[in-house]
Amino acid sequence: MNSKNPQLNENGALKHLLTTEGLPISVLLHILDTAESFVGVTERDVKKIPLLRGKSIFNLFFEPSTRTRTTFEIAAKRLSADVINLNIAASSESKGETLLDTVNNLSAMNADMFVVRHSQSGAAHLIAKHARSDIRVINAGDGSHAHPTQALLDMFTIRRYKRDFHNLRVAIIGDILHSRVARSEIHALTTLGVPEVRVIAPKTLLPKMVERLGVHVYHSLEKGLKDIDVLMMLRLQNERMTGANLPSFEEYFKYYGLTPEKLSLARKDAIVMHPGPMNRGVEIDSAVADGKQSVILPQVTFGIAVRMAVMSILAGSQT
Amino acid sequence: MQLPDPEELFEVLAKKIHAAKIPDIALVGIHTGGVWLAQRLHQRLGIEHPLGMLDVSFYRDDFDKRGLRAHVKPSAIPFDVEKVNILLVDDVLYTGRTIRAAINELFDYGRPGCIHLAALIDRGGRQLPIAPQYVGTELKIPDEKMLELRQDADGKLSLKIYDKNFDE
Repeated sequence: MNSKNPQLNENGALKHLLTTEGLPISVLLHILDTAESFVGVTERDVKKIPLLRGKSIFNLFFEPSTRTRTTFEIAAKRLSADVINLNIAASSESKGETLLDTVNNLSAMNADMFVVRHSQSGAAHLIAKHARSDIRVINAGDGSHAHPTQALLDMFTIRRYKRDFHNLRVAIIGDILHSRVARSEIHALTTLGVPEVRVIAPKTLLPKMVERLGVHVYHSLEKGLKDIDVLMMLRLQNERMTGANLPSFEEYFKYYGLTPEKLSLARKDAIVMHPGPMNRGVEIDSAVADGKQSVILPQVTFGIAVRMAVMSILAGSQT
Repeated sequence: MQLPDPEELFEVLAKKIHAAKIPDIALVGIHTGGVWLAQRLHQRLGIEHPLGMLDVSFYRDDFDKRGLRAHVKPSAIPFDVEKVNILLVDDVLYTGRTIRAAINELFDYGRPGCIHLAALIDRGGRQLPIAPQYVGTELKIPDEKMLELRQDADGKLSLKIYDKNFDE
């Protein structure tokens, strides 16, 4: 393992995908370019290629998720890998087994790759550090820390619609405080050369000192949307909220919900993204979610190609 | 080592393919050199089916040893392969492993009528039972050498030979 960045091997090649933070632009572009080739595969009659035949990929979901787990499963199956889904929230952990014991047991079943979702920040790092050196780890979301494949599929979507990162203004809107997606997006956008990234949210939904990440902070959606090319909406994570971050959903929608009127303040050719699942009428109006500027469903399709790219790059990298 | 002029070899190859008069033929070039040749043949022979391109990276048999190459190009087969006669085009035919991968990939698009193989140069050294129908020339190249087709900015072809640092 590379001592400076645990995600890279000694040659600087991607070995684990844990966070977009600190990943060089060459690695990000390699993933996006490879994903471009996989989009073609997913449009064929036979949507399967033999690249990971004989490999075993374990989906370790310590936190419930249907969509992300399913897209990882589809991606792995299209690469001809064997996929084992473990819904650990409901099994070992409740019996008292530690995270590393669970991982050691699964390693003994000859796993080649772990896709890890966990409510604790740093869980995927911990597994990458302790797992056998030939095992690859993908972080599928850890606490409020990182969700790198979501950020990468968002970057892929932006590049598909906007071609170039270097002349864009991007706004991330909503619950930044609880969002691992927002953090991963900010790191990726900055590395890829987006000159202006804004975060738009009420004070109670922004992390302290968020400006340190190199973003411009707005508390008003109307002001923040001016000249914006890409709107990245976030889900209001009511399940992670403790205490009174918000007065009510109605009030949130009134000030921060994306309606067609508010969207018209951004550039005319702006695209609207959302990582899903959407709360219609809370952070986004149905007219926008289903409108012609929405690229929410293409994001889902591209997500499979991007996850195929990450899995095949990791599986092919040497220890 | 004196290498032949690839522009002359292309003329030889084009004439052979033209003379064969394969009915309902579609061209598929293998990235990168094979695509250059297939583009030229497509124009020269006035082929009706649009040109297909394959990057066989996802079908290679050495993925476990080599991993994924840095620049995989998208494959594109913009016609229905069902029952069509496909002419696969590659620049240098050597072990046959690339062709094996290309044939596998083609079958994931459907069931072609038949597949023919054209190569600018057959350098021998086959490791699989694969034989070309059309070649520009045969040229024995020692195993420790790499033979590569290149194209300059004006589209002119040239050949380069150099010591191999790794397996094909």
